[in-house]
Amino acid sequence: MPESTSSTSFTSRRGLLFGTAAASAGALLVGCTSNDTKNEKTAANSQPAADDKPGKHITIGFAGPQADHGWLNAINDNAKSRAKKYSDVTLEITEGSNDTAAQIGQIETLINKKVDVLVVLPADGKALTQVGLKAMRAGIPVVNLDRIFNTPQAYRCWIGGDNYGMGLSAGHYIGEKLKDKQDAKVIELAGLDNLELTQQRTQGFDAALKNYPNIKKVARQAADFTVESGQAKMAQLLQAQPKFDALWNHDDDQGVGALRAIKQAGREDFLMVGGAGALSAFQAIQADNSVLKATVLYPPTMAASAIDLARALGQGKGIGGLAEFEIPVSLTLYSAVVDKDNVGQYLATGFR
Amino acid sequence: MTQPVSPPRGSTDKVQPMSELPAWRTLAARADVRTLSLLGVLVALIVIGGITKPDEFLDTRNLQLVLTQASVIGVVTVGMTFVITSGGIDLSVGAIVALSSVWATTVATQEYGFAGILFTAVLVGVGCGLVNGLLIAYGGMVPFIATLAMLASARGLALQITDGKTQIVTIDGILKLGERDSYILGIPPLVLVFAVVTIIGWLILNRTTFGRRTVAVGGNAEAARLAGIDVRRQRLYLYLLSGLCCGIAAFLLIILSGSGQNTNGNLYELDAIAAAIIGGTLLSGGRGTITGSVLGVLIFTTITNIFALNNLQSDVQQIAKGAIIVAAVLVQRRTAASST
Repeated sequence: MPESTSSTSFTSRRGLLFGTAAASAGALLVGCTSNDTKNEKTAANSQPAADDKPGKHITIGFAGPQADHGWLNAINDNAKSRAKKYSDVTLEITEGSNDTAAQIGQIETLINKKVDVLVVLPADGKALTQVGLKAMRAGIPVVNLDRIFNTPQAYRCWIGGDNYGMGLSAGHYIGEKLKDKQDAKVIELAGLDNLELTQQRTQGFDAALKNYPNIKKVARQAADFTVESGQAKMAQLLQAQPKFDALWNHDDDQGVGALRAIKQAGREDFLMVGGAGALSAFQAIQADNSVLKATVLYPPTMAASAIDLARALGQGKGIGGLAEFEIPVSLTLYSAVVDKDNVGQYLATGFR
Repeated sequence: MTQPVSPPRGSTDKVQPMSELPAWRTLAARADVRTLSLLGVLVALIVIGGITKPDEFLDTRNLQLVLTQASVIGVVTVGMTFVITSGGIDLSVGAIVALSSVWATTVATQEYGFAGILFTAVLVGVGCGLVNGLLIAYGGMVPFIATLAMLASARGLALQITDGKTQIVTIDGILKLGERDSYILGIPPLVLVFAVVTIIGWLILNRTTFGRRTVAVGGNAEAARLAGIDVRRQRLYLYLLSGLCCGIAAFLLIILSGSGQNTNGNLYELDAIAAAIIGGTLLSGGRGTITGSVLGVLIFTTITNIFALNNLQSDVQQIAKGAIIVAAVLVQRRTAASST
């Protein structure tokens, strides 16, 4: 399923659920994976909910990590621009920090200011669990964004990406492309190995490849999510593997460096799949002039959806299209594959 | 103790013309033992690489790769060697590389093409070096603190300029320099720059008054001052030199990665210091060797290369790297001790 690039992929259960939710609640970023928004490139982002009538005024506190990376920067942008769309929402945004203590302090400040709802993307989910609990105990519902707290008691709702699913999608896409090839070899350029999410991406990738006995993963190297490390590690991988058929690179930012190394080595005998959804990757896929043929999404639009959810929580709304009165406890985004066939639909969501 | 020339600091006596020849000879002899032991480590690594991955390791392309990867950090290490030789330290090199690279790759600069980027990278590097130098030489700040402050602020500024985004270079002339077509007699242009910087660095440190003053300041700043050296000006120049090297390295990194990013040059300060120390430069100052530093860089790059070729994972790589640093320094101490 995930490897399918036509709109039929959204008939998967998850896609259907998300499609329905998006069509009615509209605001949910998942709308960007549904087909009814594809004609208007910004539709998924700029046209919030069907039941979008202004409600009571609320203040949402937003605390995220330091945006030293394209994806995190896109997270902040998405949250800010979505909040601006609502006349009944004020966004209190704190300075991003990768320092656990500093972020705890910032969230406590937001609690003291008595914001109505909190949206928190913790630099480290486990380390910030306590302050999440504190907010919940103070009666402020917490929307936990992406990096998850240690206990469900620390958040009212979690929304985030699917790292394992990213690996699955990438593995299935590559598997389908190579399924008729005997003794196919794939390699993996992973992200920061000391992040749990990197391990999950790799586990998903390996699990998907198990479905294709003709394919063998022959090498894996971890880079640091940076252009510089992507170039350096990829150059080594290319030297180590004179012949292989496909490469999965966990992150499009380090992919800029990886593509440089591939060009510098003069290699074009394999297929590359990226991860995250950077604008530069979308553009390369659209131009179709490099080994990069697809990228697996980890959509930063989740921050916009977190604002939607926070607003719904603050105003006591549910999600239109679902039978439940309340918003769900968790929403895992789908890691769609973007390739030449559907890249036009996603271009506007690409981050720099 | 009251002797004007203290033997263990062999090189400080170079400011004394009368002992020029024998001092130079003992220095050369000692440097040779050190250099030989480092070469031994490098050769051992090459043998390991050759045994574990003969086809991939002993390949011209791999040689080009290792040298290319050594170039950026190599240029930084040459500058660092001077600073450490003078008894100082520069913790800001990685941040300066980051700041130079993002400033040079802003859209505004890209309009001026190749020269604009090169000029900006070098200028920003020198500018940061100037600030470091002024703070340390004339502001009386400890190098550790001054360059730590520079580390923080240069990284912050780099983040502010890029807004967390990757700045992609679109100038063909620059991108081409990193590709195979522009290799000169099989040597990548980056490696040529590294070689030229190394040779110039070696000549300055070993064959000029500037070099001798650097060693003298590191050996005993007070003695150097009494001998008529303007210690403060010398220090200013040294941090300028380190900044200049960072600017050049940033330009090389732009060629290599085709972009500027605020995460560039991450942990270069540790790699450069480690390479210089392994190479035989004294952390307390008074002795420095460019050859040793460059060998140190090559040892690190070769290790990384062998690990990657054998598909070792990062945790194993880090452990092994630490072990090799310890081993190299222990071997060196032993050989150095037996030679004196």
